[in-house]
Amino acid sequence: MGIDFLILMKQEWMVIAILLILLFIKVSSDDWQNENILKLVNILLLINLITGFFGYRDGILFNEMFKTNHLIVTEKNILSLGTFIVSLQSYAWLRNNKLVLEFYLLLLSTLLGMFYMISAGNLLMFYLGLELSSIPLAALANFDLEKRKSGEAAFKFIISSAFASGLLLFGISLVYGTTGTLTLSALSDHLDGSSLQIFAFILLISGFGFKISTVPFHLWTADVYEGSPVTVTSYFSVISKGSVLFVFVTVLYTAFKSYAITWNHILFILSVLTMVIGNLFAIRQNNIKRFLAFSSISQVGFILIGMSGQSQAGTASVVYFILIYTFSNLGAFGVISLVSAYTGRENLEDYKGFYKTNPRLSWVLAISLFSLAGIPPTAGFFGKFFLLMAGAGQGNYLLITIAALNMVVSLYYYLKIIKVIFMDSNENPIKRLLTPSSPKLALIICTTGIILTGFVGYIYEYIFSMSTIF
Amino acid sequence: MLLSLFIILPLLTALAVLFCKGLKQVRMISLMGTSVQFVFSFGLLYEYWKERASGNRAQFLFEMNASWFDPLHIHYHIGIDGISLSMILLTAFVVIAGVLVSWTQETLNKEFFFLLLILSAGAYGYFISLDLFTLFFFLELAVIPKFLLIGIWGSGKKEYSAMKLALMLMAGSALVFVGLMGLYFNTSINGAHSFDLVEISQMQISNSAQNTFFPLAFIGFGIFAALFPFHTWVPDGHSSAPTAASMFLAGISMKLGGYGCLRVATYLMPEAAHHYSPVIILLSTVAIIYGAFATMMQKDLKYINAYSSVSHCGFVLLGIGMLTQTSITGAVLQMVSHGLMTALFFAAIGMIYSRTHTRLTEQLGGLLKVIPFISTVFVIAGLCSLGLPGLSGFVAEMTIFMGSWQNPDQWYRLATILACASIVVTAVYILRATGKSLMGPIHNFQYNHLADAGWNERLAAGILITGIVAIGVAPFWLYYLITPGTEYIIQHVGKAITLK
Repeated sequence: MGIDFLILMKQEWMVIAILLILLFIKVSSDDWQNENILKLVNILLLINLITGFFGYRDGILFNEMFKTNHLIVTEKNILSLGTFIVSLQSYAWLRNNKLVLEFYLLLLSTLLGMFYMISAGNLLMFYLGLELSSIPLAALANFDLEKRKSGEAAFKFIISSAFASGLLLFGISLVYGTTGTLTLSALSDHLDGSSLQIFAFILLISGFGFKISTVPFHLWTADVYEGSPVTVTSYFSVISKGSVLFVFVTVLYTAFKSYAITWNHILFILSVLTMVIGNLFAIRQNNIKRFLAFSSISQVGFILIGMSGQSQAGTASVVYFILIYTFSNLGAFGVISLVSAYTGRENLEDYKGFYKTNPRLSWVLAISLFSLAGIPPTAGFFGKFFLLMAGAGQGNYLLITIAALNMVVSLYYYLKIIKVIFMDSNENPIKRLLTPSSPKLALIICTTGIILTGFVGYIYEYIFSMSTIF
Repeated sequence: MLLSLFIILPLLTALAVLFCKGLKQVRMISLMGTSVQFVFSFGLLYEYWKERASGNRAQFLFEMNASWFDPLHIHYHIGIDGISLSMILLTAFVVIAGVLVSWTQETLNKEFFFLLLILSAGAYGYFISLDLFTLFFFLELAVIPKFLLIGIWGSGKKEYSAMKLALMLMAGSALVFVGLMGLYFNTSINGAHSFDLVEISQMQISNSAQNTFFPLAFIGFGIFAALFPFHTWVPDGHSSAPTAASMFLAGISMKLGGYGCLRVATYLMPEAAHHYSPVIILLSTVAIIYGAFATMMQKDLKYINAYSSVSHCGFVLLGIGMLTQTSITGAVLQMVSHGLMTALFFAAIGMIYSRTHTRLTEQLGGLLKVIPFISTVFVIAGLCSLGLPGLSGFVAEMTIFMGSWQNPDQWYRLATILACASIVVTAVYILRATGKSLMGPIHNFQYNHLADAGWNERLAAGILITGIVAIGVAPFWLYYLITPGTEYIIQHVGKAITLK
């Protein structure tokens, strides 16, 4: 038991250790330079990422409250990777911020919450993890302390998140009331399709829908994304969303396996709505953060299609896509956060003539956007292809056709940005930016990931082979 | 390995271009890279003849099959037959000419050549793919470079045209995607599905599946090949693009569509191809006539060539829709011929435009007196377009008409007659454009001092004209190259029809 306790929860221990180190620094002295703290944190996060790949095994702890397996470890590694990249990118913004340590304490608490949430074998444990991951996020959204919009974003987030949590809790309590268990693996045997259970199930799906911002539960997303600091926005859109998606897949395929027909219909409607509305709103945006918010809403629509596929192909395609989405979205956000940190400009028009002054950053942004749009040879092409392929495996060609046409619509607004960057001229372009080394490293990681992930077929094979474990 | 070089070489060249400094280095590297490709494509032709002469009757030669995404049975499967080989040759011709024509590309030259080379890698990869996933990958790979080429270096309403082109082509590939998905999930080999073109062709795909997914795939590829009424990107895209990109678009890009219609839609879903052939013939006949008459009304040289491309690519689809061996062979011949001819045409127009800064026929005039070389190139391209014997256009169109006439149905014969009649219209607009812009007095006195073609332009035109004449004077070598490939397709279609 003792050694299991250490090994199975290894990734959580790592995060806790980093948290303790940072707390210790905070308490012990005030002499630390921001630069050094950032360096230290980045190194610690890198160690956290690397150790994630070694010495893990499958197992269950605390009466199935906590479970881990190869798939879960991979999912956590993806989140660690994302957090590492976000941390590298935040350099330019945090360099002169007095509250660096607080930022990281909050950030890592949410990461810890996500780890527990993914590993949850029980709906209560899942709820605890979810709360741990979302309440510090609200504080992070408020991190631009002097900006009113930032506070507004935090408030919006906390209210909508509390509402979603309420729905989830209500759903969970109804599930417990009708089945007498909260353990995910035991749940599927106890579901008998009574109307109360279906109601509970719908509440659960709505709660999840809020967290991953599917239409019609998306209304908080754009405002929160716009108001938060760019780094936090990228964390919201990739890591926070990705972790809930991971759990959503597991819950659907294990606990609610017997409702497959029901949730296939629900996913159909949700995904079509999410894609169409996300796309239509993205077209009209002028603020680049709002724009990426809506584009990430429509990306979730595509992920839902992958989920509606058969369990193995579906899970594999979702996990694979989130890996790619991490690279592509963080690549785009990386450039935007640099521009925002140095110039404070976040509107689409500001990017006119960006290519003339910052050719390299322009290419990184372009490649990331192509990857989001699903254009070869970027990894996004492979990710989208496999998502839709998993969906097509169920024979739902109507959904696939709608999705494929939505990809064309989404291409339109991605190309609009490309046009602004490469083709439009501007009398007052963003000046040439000198990228500090750590954001540069982040962008290099993202670009390499975008270019290579698709071509290395082994990555998909690996994720696919692990997706059998539930 | 031999075939993969056609993808690797352009990519390496493109990579090398990124590390160059200045226009001189960039264009030298590009020219070297494309020349090596050019030589390689002839080497491949030689190897191909040698294999065939030694009695190798396999459908595809130089196959290579490596697993890519094993759980989904996606392979990197490549190989060529005569049809793909002729397309590869066409690509090699057009690309090297394109590089030569853009010899003095001043603004952002590095990016320009980089994108051009990526485009060529996409085209080569597309023509050698035998796996539908790989094929689709390369099909989409070619869309974005076109968008950037037109949007950044184009002229006129370039941003509008670039966006229109990118979105319409992506809509095409979205339809193709659904078609491919339908094919994939209707195959079964021991419970697994397959994207492999050869494997699918040996399978019996149910009639209902074929009838559902054939239109999607055909229209999808058709958009690339300017299928009426989805041709509207062609005039805008072609006329806004810089010269090399126009050459590439009309010369190769539209052929991606024709090739896909033939190789994927018709070959893999033969019963549906038979079922839908009246629709295809109707649409392509409309495209031929409409394209020809629309051209008559144009005043801009690039628009003239763009609309005539709609008309000429209609012949390709007509040949495919007729489903006889001769007509399909003719369709492939027409793809090669039109590719070379239209590339030459755009090259000539580009040379004129870069000197006179106008493409409107009424503002030009008497150019034959001041720039005789370029004017002659223009005339040769025009004559090829209207089907003068001795040039490739005649051979290709004649083969299509003969093949179409073999189809005894009276309505099909009516379509053939109508298509034939369009040649007269072609003659009208070509001769009128030639007369207005090349003959007569010189309207603008500044034109008296225009410089004739430089060595690079002469070389580019020379290469393309060699191709056109080689096909026009001695068509048999290309004919023998293509026929084994089309035989397979037609046997396949025949089998499917008799089974019915």
